[in-house]
Amino acid sequence: MSGERDIVLREQFSVAGRDFGRAGTVSTTIKSMLKQIGFPPDVIRRVAIATYEAEMNVVVYADRATVTFEVTPAEIVVTLEDQGRGIADIEEAMREGFSTATDEIREMGFGAGMGLPNIKKNSDDLKVTSEVGVGTTVRIKVLAHQ
Amino acid sequence: MKLREVAAILEAAFISGEEQGDMEIVSVCASDLMSDVLAFGAPRVLLLTGLTNVQSIMTADVADVAAVAYVRGKRPENGTVELAKQKGIPVLACDLAMFEACGRMFEGGLLPGSSVEESQ
Repeated sequence: MSGERDIVLREQFSVAGRDFGRAGTVSTTIKSMLKQIGFPPDVIRRVAIATYEAEMNVVVYADRATVTFEVTPAEIVVTLEDQGRGIADIEEAMREGFSTATDEIREMGFGAGMGLPNIKKNSDDLKVTSEVGVGTTVRIKVLAHQ
Repeated sequence: MKLREVAAILEAAFISGEEQGDMEIVSVCASDLMSDVLAFGAPRVLLLTGLTNVQSIMTADVADVAAVAYVRGKRPENGTVELAKQKGIPVLACDLAMFEACGRMFEGGLLPGSSVEESQ
């Protein structure tokens, strides 16, 4: 992990649970910032997809979250710390197709059990920790040079 | 194939972004499931979908989708077109079923816009 001195950009955002109208705005903001910095398109796309899936998970399942976005010359790290119901079995939640989503969420095009697998696929390192009834922390790392 | 030719083949109307009709489209991703678009869609595809909410455009933006065409006679919900304009993503709407829309695009020479092969 990079030291504090290496961080060239650090921003924090808030995500509100059940706020479907704004779901995805943090991810698209992060994407715009990475574009401005000039990262390669494939790196930006991976960060955007992983962050968007994680942001949707917060909107769908949690009460609220703080998103910390850190950029160093070597990597991009997005950490989502939510307060909410948590995940009872992380290993099961990582499995493609596993979902506890309601029909309402599925009608929105999400909740098919692809969220965490998609995040993993687009991350170079992914850490998920959770406590039931307290919340979940998802830390996504994407290397700046693939 | 240019986006305006796509519109003609699909008998689709431009809801927004008609000025981008010269945009070149080479592949198509068809899905109502946004996580599948994120997982399997390649960049710069045309997205054929029946999902007309704001998330269809948000997903398109995140996944670098070039343009979105709504099928089955569906029209975008409130706020969707406004967001598409902000993001510079052209939006079309046609009355064809997904199956026929896909068939016409395939017959027209467009390729499957899937990154499945690359990712495996």
